[in-house]
Amino acid sequence: GAMAAAELLVLLLVAAGPGPGRADSGRERRDTLREELLLSPLPTGDVAATFQFRTRWDADLQRGAVSHYRLFPKALGRLVAALGVRELHLALTHGFWRTRYWGQPPLQAPAGAELWVWFQPTVTDVDKAWKELSNILSGIFCASLNFIDSTNTVIPTASFKPLGLANGTDHHLLRYAVLPREVVCTENLTPWKKLLPCGSKAGLAVLLKAERLFHSSYHSQAVHIRPVCRDASCLAVSWELRQTLTVVFDFFASGQGKKDWSLFKMFSRTLTDTCPLASQSKVYVDISPKNKEKELLEVSPPPTSVHEAVVQGDRKTYAVYDLLSPSLFNTSRSLNVQLKWKRPQDSSEMPIPTLHAQRYVGGYGLQTGEICTLIYNTHPYRAFPVILLETVPWYLRLYVHTLTIITKGKENKPSYIHYQPAQDRRRPHLLEMLIQLPANSVTKITIQFERALLKWTEYPPDPNHGFYVGSSVLSALVPSVTAMKDVDVEQSPLFTSLFPSSDGSSYFVRLYTEPLLVNLPTPDFSMPYNVICLTCTVVAVCYGSFYNLLTRTFHVEEPSRGGLAKRLANVIRKFRGVPPL
Amino acid sequence: QVRLVVPVAVVFSPGSVPGDLPRPLPFRDVQEMEIPVNVRSSVTSCYEMRYRSTTAQEEAALAAATAREADAALHPLQDSTLGSLTMYVLPETSSLLPQGTNVYVGKHRSALLRAGGSVATLQARLREVAQLMSFTASAVAAALSDRVPDGRLSPDTRRSLKSSLGYEITFSLLNPDPKSHTVDWDIEGAVNRYVKPVLDKLSLVANFSVDSQILYYAVLGVTPRYDKESSSFLLSAHSLPHVINPVEARLGSSAASLYPVLNFLLYVPERSHSPLYIQDKDGAPVSTNAFHSPRWGGIMVYNVEAPASPQASLPLHVDVDMARVMEVFLAQLRLLFGLSREEVPPEFLLESPGNEGLADWELDHLLWAHTVENIATVSTTLTSLAQLLDKIGNIVIKDDVASEVYRAVASVQSAVTKLSLGHLHAAFQASKEAVTSSERAFFDPSLLHLLYFPDDQKFAIYIPLFLPMAVPILLSLAKIVRESRLRRKEPTKMD
Repeated sequence: GAMAAAELLVLLLVAAGPGPGRADSGRERRDTLREELLLSPLPTGDVAATFQFRTRWDADLQRGAVSHYRLFPKALGRLVAALGVRELHLALTHGFWRTRYWGQPPLQAPAGAELWVWFQPTVTDVDKAWKELSNILSGIFCASLNFIDSTNTVIPTASFKPLGLANGTDHHLLRYAVLPREVVCTENLTPWKKLLPCGSKAGLAVLLKAERLFHSSYHSQAVHIRPVCRDASCLAVSWELRQTLTVVFDFFASGQGKKDWSLFKMFSRTLTDTCPLASQSKVYVDISPKNKEKELLEVSPPPTSVHEAVVQGDRKTYAVYDLLSPSLFNTSRSLNVQLKWKRPQDSSEMPIPTLHAQRYVGGYGLQTGEICTLIYNTHPYRAFPVILLETVPWYLRLYVHTLTIITKGKENKPSYIHYQPAQDRRRPHLLEMLIQLPANSVTKITIQFERALLKWTEYPPDPNHGFYVGSSVLSALVPSVTAMKDVDVEQSPLFTSLFPSSDGSSYFVRLYTEPLLVNLPTPDFSMPYNVICLTCTVVAVCYGSFYNLLTRTFHVEEPSRGGLAKRLANVIRKFRGVPPL
Repeated sequence: QVRLVVPVAVVFSPGSVPGDLPRPLPFRDVQEMEIPVNVRSSVTSCYEMRYRSTTAQEEAALAAATAREADAALHPLQDSTLGSLTMYVLPETSSLLPQGTNVYVGKHRSALLRAGGSVATLQARLREVAQLMSFTASAVAAALSDRVPDGRLSPDTRRSLKSSLGYEITFSLLNPDPKSHTVDWDIEGAVNRYVKPVLDKLSLVANFSVDSQILYYAVLGVTPRYDKESSSFLLSAHSLPHVINPVEARLGSSAASLYPVLNFLLYVPERSHSPLYIQDKDGAPVSTNAFHSPRWGGIMVYNVEAPASPQASLPLHVDVDMARVMEVFLAQLRLLFGLSREEVPPEFLLESPGNEGLADWELDHLLWAHTVENIATVSTTLTSLAQLLDKIGNIVIKDDVASEVYRAVASVQSAVTKLSLGHLHAAFQASKEAVTSSERAFFDPSLLHLLYFPDDQKFAIYIPLFLPMAVPILLSLAKIVRESRLRRKEPTKMD
C-alpha cells in the first residue's frame, strides 16, 4: 500500500514537474516576485545600477484578523494593516544625483531620509498614526526616522499625489518629511535586504554587497508600498511592494581613465543563479546609441534579446539578459555582463536633460540670507509648468514678501501658491508654487530669510557644522521629444512603471535639488561653565581674604635679628670692616 | 496575605456516603493549606467544601452507562461559574468508572470519584482532585517565580509564559532550500480548524492574534551530524540552543505591538541535510521530531520524503500534512501555557478536551495562575516605582500618573478580595486592570530618572567655588590643630 502510494506520488510529481511555469504547478500563486537590474552608462562616464524588486500580492491587506504571508514581508504587511496605510514611500539616500550631468534618474531621492505616506480615510488621528509609523519604521530599518516630528512634517497640497490606486486625494491624509542629516550605511541596507524573499542568497540580490555599494558616488535605497489594480478591469486590489536601490559607481576615477566596466568590477560578484521564487529576473543594459550612425559600445556575453522603449522622452535600446531562460547559464556557470567602448567617447556631446535645477544659499553674515533656486527648461520650443515644494525649518524665518521669480529678466507670476508659515518649535515653513517655465529658459526664485536664535539645548551636537535644509522638490510633466506608445504596465520593465504616464506626449519627472547647509549663529557652549568658574573664583578669593582678615590674630612682634637682607648686609659690612647694623 | 478560595461542591450519590461522616448532610467544611513562597510571604489556599447528597436529576444523570455520558448529562445541572468545582462521589462498586481508575475528570468543571473506604481516604482523594483541577502548590510558586529564590523551582515551572494581556502567535515555515523543495502549507485552513477553537476558549485569558509567514533561505545555526548507520542527519539535544538565534533574526518579531510573541517554526531541511532527526539527551530519536524553547515557542522538523527515482525533477512539490504539524504545535502551546497533563496519578482518568483542546477546568487553572501572577507583578511594579521615588526626591508625579497608581492599588485590592471570596473571573479582570494601570504609571515618560539632574553633578559644577573657599578654612584648621598641639606641649615645658 505504502509503496503504491509513493509511486503514485512520484508519478504525480513527474507529471506536474517540468511545466513551463516553473515551480508553481498545481496551486495558483497569489503573490509574485519580479526582479530586475538596470545598468546604464551615464554621460560623464559613471555607471548607474538600479535594482528593482517587486512583490505583488493579490490580497487585501486591510481586512482579516489572520494574515498569512508568503513573499510579502510580514513586518511591512502588519504595519500597513495595523496603521491604515494606503501608500508608503521611504527612501534612504547617501549622496546627490547630479541631474545636470547624469541625466534624468529613473527614481531620484533627496539626500538623507525621505518618508511620505498616504493614510486610509478610515484613520481618525493621522498625526498619531504618522508618529507611530515613523517609530516602527525606524525600528525596522535601523534609521533615525523617530526624529520625524511636527517640526519637520508637512502636508503638501499638490506635489505628492498617490502613485497607486486611489479614489480620493484629500491631502489631509498625506504626511511628508525629510531628514537631510540622516546618514545611510550598512545597518540600513541589511534590514532592507532581509525584506526580499530570497534575501541576499540568490538572484540579483547577490550583487548587493555593502562594501561595494557604499564605495560609490550615490546610493539610494527605497521601499514603495501601494495598492494597484489586480487586472485590467481593476475590480480588485493587489498590494505592491517595490524595493529599489540605485548606485552610481565612478569608474572614470577608479578605473585608470577607462570607462569599460563589468558586473564583477562593480560589485566584485557575478550572477550565478536565479532566485527560485522570482517569476521574472532580468538584467537590462542601456546600449542606446548616442548618435544614430555609429555603435559606440559593445556588451558581452551576447544578450538574450534587445528591448526598445521610450523612457523619459528618449528612445532607448536595452540589451536584456533573462536569467530565467535556460540558455543563459548553459554556456557559462556565471553571468558577468561586460561593456566596452569601441572608441573613446567625446564628452562634448553630453546631452542636457530638459528639466534640471540648482539651489544655493546666498547672502553674508549670520543674520540674514537668501535661498536661490534656478530651474532650467532646455526644451527648444515647449513651455511646461512645474510644481515647486520648499520646506524650510522654522529657525530660518522666511520673508515671503521678498519672494521673487524671474524668468528671462521678467517677473514670472506663479499660477498657484500655497504657503503655510512656520510656528516656532512647532512646524516648518511650507511653500508650494506652480510655475510656468517658458521654453529654453532659466527661472530664478529667491526668497530671503532671517536666522533665528535657538535655545542652547536645542542645538544638535556639532552645531558649527551647520543646519541642513531639506531638498526642494520639483514635480513636472515634461513634454517628451519622441512620442510614446501606450504599453501594458505589467509587461514593461519595472523601472518605467512606478510613475503613471498620463499620455504619450509627456512624462512625469520628480527632481530633488541639493540640500542646503546653513550656518546659524552658535553660542559659546562652554560659556555658562566659564562664567560659573570665573564668578566662583572671584567669590572664593574675596571670601578667602575676608576670612583671613576676620580670623587672623594680629600681634606686634619685636624685631629679633632682622631678616635675610639685614644679615646679608651685615656679612658684607663685616668684609668691609664697617660695624654691623 | 493572599487567600485563594475554591468553592467545591461534593455531591454524594446514594450508597456512597461513608459511615464515619462527622456530621449529617448537608454541611460545610473549610480546608486551608499554606503555600510558602519565600521567607516573608506565603499564599493560603482554601477549599470551601459543601457536602450534600444528589438531587433527583443528578441521580438520573449518574445512571448513564459511561462516565463520559454522565459528565455530559451533569454539565447543565452544575454551577458553571469560573473556578467552582463539583465532585460527585460514587459508591465504591460503581460501574461508571472503569476498573482500576478511582477518579474521572470531565471536560467541564466536575469530577466523578469513588468513595473509598473511609472519610480520611475520601478527603485525601478530594483534595488531590481539587488541586489538580484548580491549582497546585507548584503552579502558584511558578506564577510567583520572580519572588521565589533561585534553585527552588524545577525547570518545568520556568517554561510557562509570563502573564500578559495579549499574545501573538506566529507560525513560520522555514524553507532553506527553495531550489529543491516547493513547500505548500494550508496554514489558513489549519489555523481555522485546529488553532482557532483553542484560542476562542483562551480568549477569556488574553487577546490572541495569529499570523504566518514563509521564510526562504533561513537556515538553522547548527550543521547537523551525519549518521552512517541510519543514513540520516542528527541534531543532538545539546546543540539545540544554538539553533534558534540565526533564525530569530529573520522572524521579524512584532514591530507593531508590545505583546509577547509565540513562535512556531516548521523547518523543512534542505535536500543535502535530509532526513534530519532530533536526538534527545540519551541519543534516541525524538518521536515528534520537535522541540520547544521555554517562553519562546517551538520548532518542528518536517522531513520531505526522498523521491523514489533520483531523476525526479527539482523542485519537489511538498504539501505539508497540517494535522500532524498542528498536533505537535498545539501540544507545545499547551506546554507553554503550563497546561501539562503529565503529572497525573495513574488511577486518574482525564477526559480528552476534544476539539477545543482545553477543558474548562484547565482554563480555570490558567486563570488562577495568571491572577496570582498579575497581583505579584503589580506589587513588584509599584514597589519599584516607590523605590525610584525614594531615590529621586524632586521627581514630579503628574496627576494622571498618581491616579493610575491609585487605580492600580484599588484594582489589586479588589482582586485580592474577590479571590478570597472565590470569584475567580472578577478577580482576574481586576488583576488585569491593575496590571494595565500600574504599567502605564511605571512607564510614563515623565518618570524617566535620567530626566532628573543628579545631585553629585551639581556639586561638581560648584567645585570652582567650594575648592578655593575650602583652602583658607583648611589652612586655618591646620593652624588651630598645630597651635593646640603646641599649647599641649607648652605646659609640660612649664613643669
